[in-house]
Amino acid sequence: MGENQPVLEVQAITRRYPGVTAVDGVDLALFAGEVHALLGENGAGKSTLIKMIGGALRRDGGRILLHGQEVDFRSPADALAAGIAVIYQELVLCPHLSVAENVLMGHLPQTPTMAVDWPTTRRLVATLLDQLGVTLPLEVPVARLSTAQQQMVEIAKALSRDSRVLVLDEPSAALGRRDLEHLFAVIRRLRERGVAIVYISHRLEEVFEIADRVTVLKDGALVGAWPIADVTMHGLVRAMTGRDLGMLAAPETTVGQPLKLEVRRLGRRGVFADVSLRLHAGDVVGIAGLVGSGRTEVLRAIFGADQPDAGEVLVDGEPVRFRSPAQALRHGLGLLPEDRKTQGLLLGRALRENLSLASLGRFSRFGLLQLGEEERAVRGFIQSLNIATRGPSQSVVTLSGGNQQKVVLARWLARRCRILLFDEPTRGVDVGAKEEIYRLIHELAEQGAAILVVSSELKELFAICQRIHVMREGRLVGEYAGESLREDRVAEAMLIGGASDGDAAVVAG
Amino acid sequence: MGMQRSLPAERILGRGHPRVDAREILTKYGTVIALLLLVVVASFASPRFLSPVNLMNVLRQTAIVGVLGIGMTFVILTAGIDLSVGATLALSAVLLAGTLDATGNIWLAMAAALLVGAFVGLANGLGVTLGRVQPFVMTLGMLGIARSLAFLYTKGEPIPVLEMDFLKLGIGYLWRIPVPSIVFLALLAVAAFALHYTRFGRSVYAVGSNEEAARLSGISVGRDKVLVYVISGLTAAAGAILYTAQFAAAPAIAGEGYELDAIAAVVVGGTSLFGGQGGVVGTFIGALIIGILSNALNLMGVSPFAQPLAKGALIILAVLLVGRGRRS
Repeated sequence: MGENQPVLEVQAITRRYPGVTAVDGVDLALFAGEVHALLGENGAGKSTLIKMIGGALRRDGGRILLHGQEVDFRSPADALAAGIAVIYQELVLCPHLSVAENVLMGHLPQTPTMAVDWPTTRRLVATLLDQLGVTLPLEVPVARLSTAQQQMVEIAKALSRDSRVLVLDEPSAALGRRDLEHLFAVIRRLRERGVAIVYISHRLEEVFEIADRVTVLKDGALVGAWPIADVTMHGLVRAMTGRDLGMLAAPETTVGQPLKLEVRRLGRRGVFADVSLRLHAGDVVGIAGLVGSGRTEVLRAIFGADQPDAGEVLVDGEPVRFRSPAQALRHGLGLLPEDRKTQGLLLGRALRENLSLASLGRFSRFGLLQLGEEERAVRGFIQSLNIATRGPSQSVVTLSGGNQQKVVLARWLARRCRILLFDEPTRGVDVGAKEEIYRLIHELAEQGAAILVVSSELKELFAICQRIHVMREGRLVGEYAGESLREDRVAEAMLIGGASDGDAAVVAG
Repeated sequence: MGMQRSLPAERILGRGHPRVDAREILTKYGTVIALLLLVVVASFASPRFLSPVNLMNVLRQTAIVGVLGIGMTFVILTAGIDLSVGATLALSAVLLAGTLDATGNIWLAMAAALLVGAFVGLANGLGVTLGRVQPFVMTLGMLGIARSLAFLYTKGEPIPVLEMDFLKLGIGYLWRIPVPSIVFLALLAVAAFALHYTRFGRSVYAVGSNEEAARLSGISVGRDKVLVYVISGLTAAAGAILYTAQFAAAPAIAGEGYELDAIAAVVVGGTSLFGGQGGVVGTFIGALIIGILSNALNLMGVSPFAQPLAKGALIILAVLLVGRGRRS
């Protein structure tokens, strides 16, 4: 690689939106058989760039060269036909169709009578999956697969089109560690076959693990492109943010603070069982676990979004039974959901409406909205959380991921919740915004909130929690605090079931 | 991908050089532009179109479907649909006429109509929320039930209404404006206020935009959904009052097909069938567009056989225009 001609070359590509230039004269060269990491904070222009490469967005300037020939894609279908496949974060499969049908969607082999040629379909798909080193049931509707498996279907789909360029937009965002290993194995196979891969991720460790070269964008412009061997983690962070990342101090312990939330042997049949937790004012407690271990479901059951069928929840020492989230809210609980697009945001609505959604009672008298009061509060949060926006009436769909997340967070701050349940608080959020969100969690805890955090990133939990529970297959398998709070132990518990009796399990508080 | 963290304020705010985007204008004011175009075309096509008498006619004819459209807007904003409004109108109308016939009390009769409308709406709402029946199916079933009840009640004979004080509601004028139009405009003002200045209105948009997010934010989704169907039932009953007063009779076939005109008014007015976008002001314009089109076609002597064709084409065109602007 290096001296030969790039498979795909982007020259001075530009895309403008009203009031902002999302991508400003960016160059990018992709070579066959390389994994090329594309880095940048949210809003740096990565998504816009790959959408232009994938034919989903028209460019306002610049050129795209494929094998040295200038090309002009008018639609994703054009790009796909030319051998460029983009796999977006939100997977676009047909949930009720089978794996085989999804993989060959759009070019299913046919018999002379125009019926689908099932034997050929199965053979082709089996071969494709085999090349990826993946085993999947061909006849099962993809809705029944895990996110990781669905991702493999997407990759197989791209491969079925004989794509020479494969763009993966944050493929790891929804994956646990084991699924990630699997994904990397597949990426390495593709690399050996000479596919050029663009890999987007916010997790820098991954980039060092898988990438050959790295390109960094900031504010829509190119910062630079380097072989991975020439850069350091700190160097990349500086390139992305323009500043150094400070380390956060571990928060103080909270002995003697009042008990805010207690969960006793909570269970929901077939999902999780026997979950007990205690949160004091000022606590930041984490739940670590793989995707699918039941973490999200525990938060939802505490919050009344799903109904538990065993155990009890106590708020400020009083037993409560929430039949709906509305009741949980009245007791001072707030839940930041796992997926902000499907569970958090009113995408087509204004920032103002999104932010005040949980506090409409506070902003109304006798059912009438106090718009002035609302406006002042919203502007206050825009400023204090440093939300980059044109103003309260901007539609949230046009905000970057980090800013969207801040809006959802602010919704609970406006509500002045005293018990906060955060599910993946920084998923798909850039490094800078991540740090701001951590700082915010610290401040909230200092002001006496009790916070329960679920995250797929151990680093994140270690940065903000004094205590970490590990969840595995629907049960809490260990609690780590103080001396025992070590990353290797927690990781081990997540993957293989944790400490034997009396070893690392600590009862804190 | 929109704004970026560390851009200078001028770039973020676009201060100094406000960009005028043709697409944005089309999305925002597309229906108003369509209405104005239609008025211009109609006034050229028929000199009588702009006469005050005719304009008052248009207003009066728009009122009933417009009133139905108000309730329909609430339902559609929550991503629902109410196919039963025409049938509810008929059921309310025959019970109104029946009550009036039996008691001679106008107020009691109107109360009966509104009560029936609210009850039908409540049934729809409970079916959709507690019963988890899809709105399309629930209200389609209700269409059949309500219409059939109206026929059973009247035994197929229209009930005449002769109370002059009541008929003024349909054919009278106030400040030289037809009373039905005043009722329509008043309800419109109330609805617009409710949608934009009340907590309930906010919830309606939230539920239609993302039901799960609304629920997790403490909105009582079920209660709000029931309420929008009750509102739709009430506006159908209000439509029944206007209808009966205008035609001096309550036949069981009253309001047949009105549900489609009401939905058309909402959709032409720019409210999204997916919920969360739009409002009653759009519905007002949508109702006017449809009313003016019918009126103009009549004035031009277009065959009644061809009129639905023109209406249908207009609806598709309007949605195409609005959708084109909104899509990106």
